[in-house]
Amino acid sequence: MTNTTSPANSMDPLALELCALSKTFKLGGGMLHKPQTLKAVNEVSLRVPRGQVMGLVGESGCGKSTLAKMLLGLTPPSSGDVLINGKAIVNANQKALARHIQPIFQDPYSSLNPRQRIAQIVGLPLRIHALGTPREQAAKVDQMLDLVGLPKRAAQQYPGQMSGGQRQRVAIARALIMRPDLVICDEPTSALDVSIQAQILNLLLDLKDEFGLTYLFISHDLAVVEHLADRLAVMYLGQIVEEGTREQIFTAPRHPYTQALLASALTPEPGLGVPDIGLGAGQPDPTQPPSGCAFHPRCPIAQPQCSEQTPKLSAITHASGQAFGKGSQARVACHLA
Amino acid sequence: MSNLSTAEHSAATSSPLLTVKQLRVDLPVAKGTLHAVRGIDFHVERGEMLCLVGESGCGKSMTSLALMGLLPRKAQVNADCLNFDGVDLLTVPERERSNLRGARMAMIFQEPMTALNPAYTLGNQLSEALRRHQRVSRQAAHDRALYLLKRVGISAAEERMRQYPHQLSGGLRQRVMIAMALMCEPDLIIADEPTTALDVTIQAQILHLLRDLQQEFGTAIIFITHDLGVVARIADRVAVMYAGEVIETASAQALFKAPSHPYTQGLLRCIPTPGKTLPGSRLQAIPGVVPSLVGKIEGCAFCNRCDQADERCRTTPPLQAVAGEHFSRCHFAHQLASPAPLNDQEVTS
Repeated sequence: MTNTTSPANSMDPLALELCALSKTFKLGGGMLHKPQTLKAVNEVSLRVPRGQVMGLVGESGCGKSTLAKMLLGLTPPSSGDVLINGKAIVNANQKALARHIQPIFQDPYSSLNPRQRIAQIVGLPLRIHALGTPREQAAKVDQMLDLVGLPKRAAQQYPGQMSGGQRQRVAIARALIMRPDLVICDEPTSALDVSIQAQILNLLLDLKDEFGLTYLFISHDLAVVEHLADRLAVMYLGQIVEEGTREQIFTAPRHPYTQALLASALTPEPGLGVPDIGLGAGQPDPTQPPSGCAFHPRCPIAQPQCSEQTPKLSAITHASGQAFGKGSQARVACHLA
Repeated sequence: MSNLSTAEHSAATSSPLLTVKQLRVDLPVAKGTLHAVRGIDFHVERGEMLCLVGESGCGKSMTSLALMGLLPRKAQVNADCLNFDGVDLLTVPERERSNLRGARMAMIFQEPMTALNPAYTLGNQLSEALRRHQRVSRQAAHDRALYLLKRVGISAAEERMRQYPHQLSGGLRQRVMIAMALMCEPDLIIADEPTTALDVTIQAQILHLLRDLQQEFGTAIIFITHDLGVVARIADRVAVMYAGEVIETASAQALFKAPSHPYTQGLLRCIPTPGKTLPGSRLQAIPGVVPSLVGKIEGCAFCNRCDQADERCRTTPPLQAVAGEHFSRCHFAHQLASPAPLNDQEVTS
């Protein structure tokens, strides 16, 4: 329990490893139309060390949520492997998977059954997996509700009687009652007010220390990700374009897309005005991704080669040659980085 | 507020564009009456950006709907004064009011997909916004729509004019909404969380655009948001709302430098700020939740979540001047107004 910050050395098994994971959707198609293919996730490889928080950022439609769904076994990958604790999960059934990996979703208003009491909602995983007697299950539910900071009487309430922050606490209790190794947090605080967001972020940090959890933390709020994440992966149109430690990404971003993302985050500092980030309009149509580097139509420093060759996600050393600590390998997919 | 001599705006020659005094909005609900807006005062000068900031349920959207006259029929609006450039919005006949809407005060909503009509082309909707209020030819309306679409940064504007809302991305739709709001060159635009549904990169572009257009057209904007980062970057003045009241109002510089209401201070402390909050440290959350707005609230609405609260807070604090045009609704406002850097305590926690 005290092992909170396990270093990312090679002896430690990875909590999660993705090997060239892809998901392709077929869109449309009928008598007169050819079906279009959409590569929602395109050959994503990622290693998440145990006990760390991996932040995953990117604009809407970049494939973050599809990636999360594949990890949870909610949609099968088109190709590639997912390894949890070193074991492949492709053929594992969902029930076995649920013991290791659990989700916390964005909207606590739609992720809880409105017709069930909180005790039933939180205890459901235990009943499905037939763990313990009903009495033991009830005790575990009580203990879990206490851990996430809900009063005892909450067990008999319905979700409709609770505030957004309380509901998200219920969702967290339900995710953690199976004692998973890995929790996928998909925008867990975006639907909450800022004063409540801080309560939930503190809770997530406390529970991570308490249970030695590993988080994959998906968010569009860069300030929140910077606060929580040990490492960070930036996605653009289904691909990871940059990955590294928090310090690397936030102090010396190498990919122009990462730089634009960071520049557009608005911190509460008056007088700075709104940055002019010089990106064109929104993302290109994902069914017809641009040739070469997918980012080149919006890239402020694009060169002719960027529209011809696809840059590979490859390891980099920092420009100053300064190391950011052991095992802090960074990767970037840009010809010019 | 407006008759104070500390004029920070150059347009001090005339009275404020909008004056709101003791605005109250009540909604009948099953358990009684929900006091969504509980007597708020503010004003908007010509050409300024006023940010109304607060969390969900604080009454900021109800305030904007009351100003636009778009509240549900069962809602009751009362005020001592609701004056828009000499027009009393409380007594103006509905017919005249609907002439004001769009022509002199326009609104930009959070979700442009629900605000645009899916069955009409963009060109059609944009032109109608102008032709509804002014006698101009089809061609003139079309030209203005085209000009504004280009002005808000939409490429291939001629082609877009023939498209339907569903053919555009969220960011483009919001640009169209902005263009539509500008069709009649209104004096006031109310923008209700216009960038909340957008990605950060698109948000920065839209905010940049709004700021540019505001300076070009001299439009006053009431910008409603819950995001203090946005407020800091675009606001001239800020009004912070809590539980249906304005609890602090000041220039953006003063508010962020020396917040003097415990709620504002708490809000600024609880957001992680790069360079100020230590990554992975516990944030200083505001404990508890907002009070129910059904029925009467005795004393200060924030006192159950406030670590400064004592006996005095059982009585309702007045909105008192802290300095110049900086007002705070707190008994301890003067003690709290010291400009201490707030987030420094954070790092040690």
